Amino acid sequence: MNILNMTALETGAAIKNGKISSPEVVRQVLDAAETGNGKTNAYITLCREKALKRAEEVQKKIKSGELLSPLAGVPFSVKDNICTRGVKTTCASRMLENFEPVYNATVIDELEKAGAVIIGKLNMDEFAMGSTSETSYFGTVRNPWNNDRVAGGSSGGAAAAVSGKMALATLGTDTGGSVRQPAAYCGVTGFKPSYGTVSRFGLIAYASSFDQIGPIAHDAADCAAIMNIISGKDKKDGTSLDINYPDFLSSLTGDVKGVRIGIPAECYSNPELDTEVAEKTMAAVSVLQKSGACVEEFSLPFFDYAVPAYYIIASAEASSNLSRYDGVKYGFRSDDSGSLSNMYCDSRSMGFGSEVKRRIILGTFVLSSGYYDAYYQKALKVKSVIMKKTAEIFSKYDLVMCPVSPATAPETGKSLVNPLKMYISDIYTVWANLAGLPAISLPCGFDSAGMPLGVQIIGPALSDVKVLDAAHAYQKHTDFHKKYAGVK
Amino acid sequence: MYITKDVVLNAAFLSRIKLDEKETEEMQKQMSEIVEFMDILNQVDTDDNESLMHTSEITNVMREDETSPSYEREDILKNAPCRNEEYFVVPKTVE
Amino acid sequence: MKWETVIGLEVHIELATKTKIFCSCSAAFGGAPNTQCCPVCTGMPGSLPVFNKKVLEYAVRTGLALNCDITRYCRFDRKNYFYPDLPRAYQISQLYLPFAENGFVDIKTRSGKKSRIRIHEIHMEDDAGKLVHSVEGEFTYLDYNRCGIPLLEIVSEPDFRETDEVTAYLTKLKSVFEYLGVSDCRMEEGSMRADVNLSVRPEGSSKLGTRTEMKNINSFRAIERAIAYETKRQTEVLENGGKIIQETRRWDDVKGQSFAMRSKENAQDYRYFPEPDIPPLYITEDEINHYREVCPEFADEKAERFVEQMNLTEEDAEIITASKKLADLFEGTVKLCRTPSEVRFWFMSQLLYLMNENNIHADKVTLTPEKFAEFIGFINSGIITRQTGREVFEQIFFGDENFDIAAYIKGNNLEQVEDSGLIEATVQEILTANPKAVMQYKNGETKISGFFVGQVMKKLKGKADPSLVNKAVAEALDKA
Repeated sequence: MNILNMTALETGAAIKNGKISSPEVVRQVLDAAETGNGKTNAYITLCREKALKRAEEVQKKIKSGELLSPLAGVPFSVKDNICTRGVKTTCASRMLENFEPVYNATVIDELEKAGAVIIGKLNMDEFAMGSTSETSYFGTVRNPWNNDRVAGGSSGGAAAAVSGKMALATLGTDTGGSVRQPAAYCGVTGFKPSYGTVSRFGLIAYASSFDQIGPIAHDAADCAAIMNIISGKDKKDGTSLDINYPDFLSSLTGDVKGVRIGIPAECYSNPELDTEVAEKTMAAVSVLQKSGACVEEFSLPFFDYAVPAYYIIASAEASSNLSRYDGVKYGFRSDDSGSLSNMYCDSRSMGFGSEVKRRIILGTFVLSSGYYDAYYQKALKVKSVIMKKTAEIFSKYDLVMCPVSPATAPETGKSLVNPLKMYISDIYTVWANLAGLPAISLPCGFDSAGMPLGVQIIGPALSDVKVLDAAHAYQKHTDFHKKYAGVK
Repeated sequence: MYITKDVVLNAAFLSRIKLDEKETEEMQKQMSEIVEFMDILNQVDTDDNESLMHTSEITNVMREDETSPSYEREDILKNAPCRNEEYFVVPKTVE
Repeated sequence: MKWETVIGLEVHIELATKTKIFCSCSAAFGGAPNTQCCPVCTGMPGSLPVFNKKVLEYAVRTGLALNCDITRYCRFDRKNYFYPDLPRAYQISQLYLPFAENGFVDIKTRSGKKSRIRIHEIHMEDDAGKLVHSVEGEFTYLDYNRCGIPLLEIVSEPDFRETDEVTAYLTKLKSVFEYLGVSDCRMEEGSMRADVNLSVRPEGSSKLGTRTEMKNINSFRAIERAIAYETKRQTEVLENGGKIIQETRRWDDVKGQSFAMRSKENAQDYRYFPEPDIPPLYITEDEINHYREVCPEFADEKAERFVEQMNLTEEDAEIITASKKLADLFEGTVKLCRTPSEVRFWFMSQLLYLMNENNIHADKVTLTPEKFAEFIGFINSGIITRQTGREVFEQIFFGDENFDIAAYIKGNNLEQVEDSGLIEATVQEILTANPKAVMQYKNGETKISGFFVGQVMKKLKGKADPSLVNKAVAEALDKA
């Protein structure tokens, strides 16, 4: 049985029914990953021995009925900024090239409890800073659909691995679109949950008030099944929400009758928006409309302000979060620097890549004396305005649909030349992070060059089920999510 | 806002990052562009708005004052680039 | 020109919680290096702080005790700077919305001068680790056990004008923390330390001079010396026409001097911003009222009450209530035996004497009110005299709660002698042995009767009832 064309849930069911064993599934995926990695560079670390051993143990527990999760025995790959005990967690940085955490992220503990088998750590932009997965110390991630194109970022490895049939289910992280945009570029499904619903403990912080772990997988149902495992209150994360978590998977109805969907006018009047992306995403809207959703255009007044507010806050928090990498407790240390202050500067200057340094310096600037009020404080106030307007919007609409990115995946080597342009391309995704909203990116077609593109569904905070359900409805009527690149 | 070289160098110093001449120049140019782009926020009327920090509205998340075992020292020191049996080691801190 | 010193204090105290402020590692003092650590307090990547409930309770109770307004909505902020004792490279503190503001402390100096020191604010924060310097001086070793110990920083207004006020203030704070039970205040363990902000100005001037800050001074004596030194230094600079630079100075207690830190260390820009990992705290009116109700009686109030109820002098009451532990011992004993004056006598003469002589701190005193009262019972009932009582008291002071007083008295034959025949016979014996002294008495040196009383007591090993001896000696001398 070849599971590489199956979803995670289908694979899990096959394991449960005894049609295939977990070790066999894991072996198939590992083989594919090892073969495909040469072209895509999706993985930083693969742990074959460990994973196979673990799969044997899991298999026994499935047989004995100890493990009941529909994803028990299924191989998982996780982005390399999520801590795995005893397995290198590099953040794709020279700084953490040899860092081996002595603890698991809470999501890893939860996955293991459910019987998942972690097979490897996925490439990404260094410290999740970037939109193309080209800032990795371990080299650029390439798009399985076309190796001259980027896979998107920062969770480029995750999206490329799923699309390239090198992973069945993955965890990425989304701070400003880092799950959704690579999912769109690679033609797979990526879900960013509401802020606070998935523990951040063990997620190496970029911007604490926006970071969220989310699944990248084959379809919305897989994402819902993964959410069942990873969501929930965690006492190790003070920002994790103590609410009644739904059963995401069994809540999927595929019915959008009467659901009010808003289409933000500004998203489509954006001159940067590629016409093919505009057409295909509007086509996706009409699929849901035909299924009974009520669609209406509305105005998103803060459209132009979201990106600057986002980058000010994110880089400010990043400058503080990344101060701990000083060559003292872990990570890269410059050996021949002499004094303590030289050791600090040399370790950080050599350990970080240029995009990370740019954001640290920018973040330090917006917090520094004389600029705090004009930039950081102002951005927080704009965030407050955005939160208020968001509440108004969602009093009229259940969901909002818009593109994920203005265009399909660019060619490699083009984006980092102009950082500002790269930042601006996050225009469709940062709103969900600023306001803590759930949002999903779904494959909705291909451009004339054959590159996949995605449509985004955004809901009010804690409407994760509604977002996933609308996505599920869309995927019931379309088959774009069933088209995988494989590795070319 | 135009970013001067001094502003770049001060932010780099506070960040403990060294920039050579070329890097400084490039950073100055890029930061000026980025910050100028950020200045668009001045168009937003935020007078009545409090600065909002937290993304969700939860408050008072606290734990009980109950000890749980600490980590083994070996685990704490495991990733240290420079250490001895008991301590992290750095170049002397006082002159 | 005459100069006036203006001082403001930032006092840091470590709270006596079981665990650290943001993780569940033990906050106990004295563990082996790096054994009270976890990913959170050593700032490992991906770790997150979770706030200790007890810290807020202790903080609010302290704020109320120092007459502060408790902020209904407070929040943590990050203070960013690089130093090896700070593993996250930011301290989690409170700048924008501290939990308490606008308080005051009334103090009285040794010379009796009373003043009110205003509290600007109090905030919660976490402590840093310990640096150990190698002997050769090439390396510094880092111990993160102290990282994350909860601290309160109490920021006063610049209301001090002399060292005595500073000492009185610190003594008062120490007493308040002890009465609240929120801190051990052991300066030698660094659980209480102060930053001193100091400036001088011409007497009569209302404008503040330029100030300097001396950080982390951790004993009363060092603080007094630092103030004296810095006052003198600034005065000299100004008198010689110089200018004071606003700067942080390091107090070197061994050299007895303050030193300017390098200018780069002074050019700090902490880039404070709200801590995104910890949700804000709402403190409700009900909670505040609850803590107000459970607020203990502090030293001043207790002393006042002791004067009123137990007929103590103000001075004695102040001494007894200086430590809560001892005040409780005193009050507990009085409650049981109902003779405050006798308890006072033993407390002031023997208890304090033994503590002092043996260098025993109040919190190490093991004597219980029950034992103390039992002892007083033996005195009150005349079974032992005050003289033999000293020996017994020493036994109960060092002994444990199972120490059997009655058995000890019996075993050492310490019961008071009330046999007037024996006493009279002994008096006669002494008089006969000292004819010279008897003559002196007869010649009008009546004071010498004390000598006979002493001799009789000595002969009877201090066990005789002193009033009977006095009477017998007087009668015998009159007859002689």
